Amino acid sequence: MSAGVDGGRRRFLVVSLTASGALLLGLRPAFAGPTPGVPPELLGDDLTELGPFVRIERDNRIVIGARGCEIGQGVMTSLPMLIAEELDVDWSQVRVVQLPYGYIDTDKGPSNRYGDQGAGGSTSVSDGWKDLREAGASARWLLLQAAAKEWNLPAEQLRAEAGEIIAPDGRKLTYGALARTAASITLPDQPVALKKPEQFRIIGKPTKVADARDIVSGRSRFGIDEYAADALVAVIVRCPHLDGTLESFDDAETRKVAGVVDVIALPGPKPGEPFDGPLASGVAVLAEHTWGALKGRELLKVKWKEGPWSAESTPALAARANELLDGKEGGTAVRHDGDFAKARKQARQFVEARYEVPFLAHATMEPPGALIEIKQDSARLVASLQSPGSASEMIARMTGLARKDIEIRMTRAGGGFGRRLENDFVAEAVLLAKAAGRPVKLMWTREDDLQHDFYRPFGVHALGATLDRRKQVTGWTHRCAATPRPYREGGGRKRPINTGCLEADDFPAGLVANLDKTFFSVDSGMPRGWWRAPLHTFHAFAVQSFIDEIAIASKQDAVALRLAMLGEARQLPYSGHGGPHFDTGRLANVLKLCAAKIGWGERRSDGHGLGIACHFTFGGYAAHAFEVSVEGRELRIHRAVCVVDVGRAVNPLGVEAQMMGGTIDGISTALHLAITVKDGQVQQHNFPDYPLLRMAQAPKSVEVQIVESDLEPVGAGEMGIPSVAPALANAVYAATTVRVRKLPLMPELMRML
Amino acid sequence: MPDKTPAPSVDTAAESGARPAPKVQASIPVTVNGKPYFHDGDPAMPLLWFLRDTLRLTGSKFGCGIGACGACTVLIDGKAARSCVMPMSGVAERKVTTIEGLEGDALHPVQQAWIDEDVAQCGYCQAGQIMAAVDLLKRKPKPGDDDIAAIGNLCRCGTYPRIRKAILRAAESMQGDKK
Repeated sequence: MSAGVDGGRRRFLVVSLTASGALLLGLRPAFAGPTPGVPPELLGDDLTELGPFVRIERDNRIVIGARGCEIGQGVMTSLPMLIAEELDVDWSQVRVVQLPYGYIDTDKGPSNRYGDQGAGGSTSVSDGWKDLREAGASARWLLLQAAAKEWNLPAEQLRAEAGEIIAPDGRKLTYGALARTAASITLPDQPVALKKPEQFRIIGKPTKVADARDIVSGRSRFGIDEYAADALVAVIVRCPHLDGTLESFDDAETRKVAGVVDVIALPGPKPGEPFDGPLASGVAVLAEHTWGALKGRELLKVKWKEGPWSAESTPALAARANELLDGKEGGTAVRHDGDFAKARKQARQFVEARYEVPFLAHATMEPPGALIEIKQDSARLVASLQSPGSASEMIARMTGLARKDIEIRMTRAGGGFGRRLENDFVAEAVLLAKAAGRPVKLMWTREDDLQHDFYRPFGVHALGATLDRRKQVTGWTHRCAATPRPYREGGGRKRPINTGCLEADDFPAGLVANLDKTFFSVDSGMPRGWWRAPLHTFHAFAVQSFIDEIAIASKQDAVALRLAMLGEARQLPYSGHGGPHFDTGRLANVLKLCAAKIGWGERRSDGHGLGIACHFTFGGYAAHAFEVSVEGRELRIHRAVCVVDVGRAVNPLGVEAQMMGGTIDGISTALHLAITVKDGQVQQHNFPDYPLLRMAQAPKSVEVQIVESDLEPVGAGEMGIPSVAPALANAVYAATTVRVRKLPLMPELMRML
Repeated sequence: MPDKTPAPSVDTAAESGARPAPKVQASIPVTVNGKPYFHDGDPAMPLLWFLRDTLRLTGSKFGCGIGACGACTVLIDGKAARSCVMPMSGVAERKVTTIEGLEGDALHPVQQAWIDEDVAQCGYCQAGQIMAAVDLLKRKPKPGDDDIAAIGNLCRCGTYPRIRKAILRAAESMQGDKK
């Protein structure tokens, strides 16, 4: 999500030649005046600072730049695959390097040399499907022209294969030998032709993580691994009260700690004002090394003033949500079809239920952090990011520097899940570096991370359905009361209040004639943000659990009911992210495949229960099924099945990894995880009270089936989660006849059993 | 990564500038990846920060600081240990192996298996997972499912099924090596 970049503009390739004779290819916006030059520092031997997408060296080594934020979703591999495919090289010839953030000024305003670099909404592959393949194809075109020149043959008679151009008589020239000539050729005005899918040699092939060797040998550099001469390590004790403030502090003992250099108070955001900086007020300890900073922080004596939310608690939020849902009036109408009241009057049967979903923390294995160096006329940031564009904007705003003078180096990130879409930690580092007059390496501990996050919203869903004589669903009402996802938005960013909690066109909208969706806002001081498949993990649990409840109440098969509601295969308009269409046939297909794979409908006598659910997320279609049993206080997951349709799978091994990982992340979250509030403070501190799933509790395998498809690809980072929680709850019901309507599932199940 | 040459003494927490000098402490000798080092700073400082801040061996990761997640797992005298809660005083005269020291002329079979099974997603926890697996295979060359599941290292990306496969593959390849 690099702000300021218009992804819709046509882009052309920039071709240039380095001092060493390597061919460089990058994107430039078509509207740009002069070709933006490749900064000289990018031409050095330091591979971490390579700029463009493709570098062809004289010895025919191919270096491909990966533009995305690698947060574990695999873009370090999948995006370069798109370029390599059209370039016609062997994947084994390719070395992949991470690109930095590519800000450039143009006469039309801010732009990005590399296109969109952010990671969010599962869009990296679908974006790259267009512009990155074009980058590879243009490079191949240039090399073909260069060979044509060399041999004095028409380019149409030549072909490219595995890093060579081959003439009809069998003569060959390597890309390396042609690079210099190729760089002197002008690209045509029209985009060059892309390959036909039947010509693909790399796309669709299971491909391992490009930089796996660095990872397994400890050489991969994450944001936290960056050091700089002269940098002070900073840790911050932040106000534990939501929107509380600093009253006073005593740092006498802190300053006695070896290595401690400075103690600096940080102001927090003002309640009610747009969020645009640090998340909380705090006191920072700056030291020569991490241990000094941590020890110094422990010895700080700080007095806080409670904020305006000191009475906030999770039970109070739940009570408020239910009170709003009990009322007949109010709320924001999100979608209104037909006449639900009339359907209710005519109904043979009415089913209703409420579901509660908790706040969630991101808990990225690598906590937030940033290394920043601010000079008179430039700045340099190294951090694990998801939104380098917003980080660049933020630094510019806070320092007064021009964005072109702010260098941002992206690293592998130890998880993202939406946490790093916010750059509050960058803002903290900037404030501290300015105050200290030295580079600062800001470290967050796990306690900092769980206590100060942009949490997935908390809410209660009230669902109701009417059925006619033939057990068909004739009316549907979904009323959701939640702490809204929009958090202290200001300026031009104001989004509808239901954003991220209740989507107008999600299933079963368009499939039930009389349908109402209404959103109620629950006031809260808890910061809210995007959490992996945000909207969908938030409401799919309710919707897909409820479908099961309808099936049970009306004595129908849960799969047959879903298929009946989806009806014949067709495209429905979908206005949310992942649209413009929702294809009922593709959802029905993954559901059917999933049911077949788990053995749905087979009689069981072993006390195991089967549960199933399906969901449409960001253009992808997924279904989950689980076979479970409950033994004492243990839930055993005997089988986990996931079927997914993300269009053409660019890297099937990567898609499988995302589905396997998403399923386990989904299980982890559904069974055990919740952030709760008491007296206006977050109650969780570290992993013992936010217990991510361990291997012993995880299924031994996740059976992933990827639907073969010729349709354009979408991403795969988020589709693997939303249907997990309802499929688990449905399986638990099948095994125990206990219906869990509140997450996390395990504490609730134990309470009910 | 800067290649730190082993020095007779590596200064760490004693760089207090103008501040009063800390109490004189005896140097703590420790061997890391076969090279001898001395730690002159706070004996309570966890090994993790010595590895990362002082030696710049950043393969061992910080995840929780309380020994709960295992991202910082190293081998101490050949056994898996959480370096984030192991004070320097506890590693005096002991041998520490980090992920960076696992490789000999070739990758360790566990590292190779991790590549072959395409385990890593974000990759952050994997050094700790690999060290835990090396420790397991030393104790149990033919581990069962429950032995593998006893590895309590956290992975937020959910790579556990591929970790299981990689450990079994490594076990097989290490058995083969012995034949």
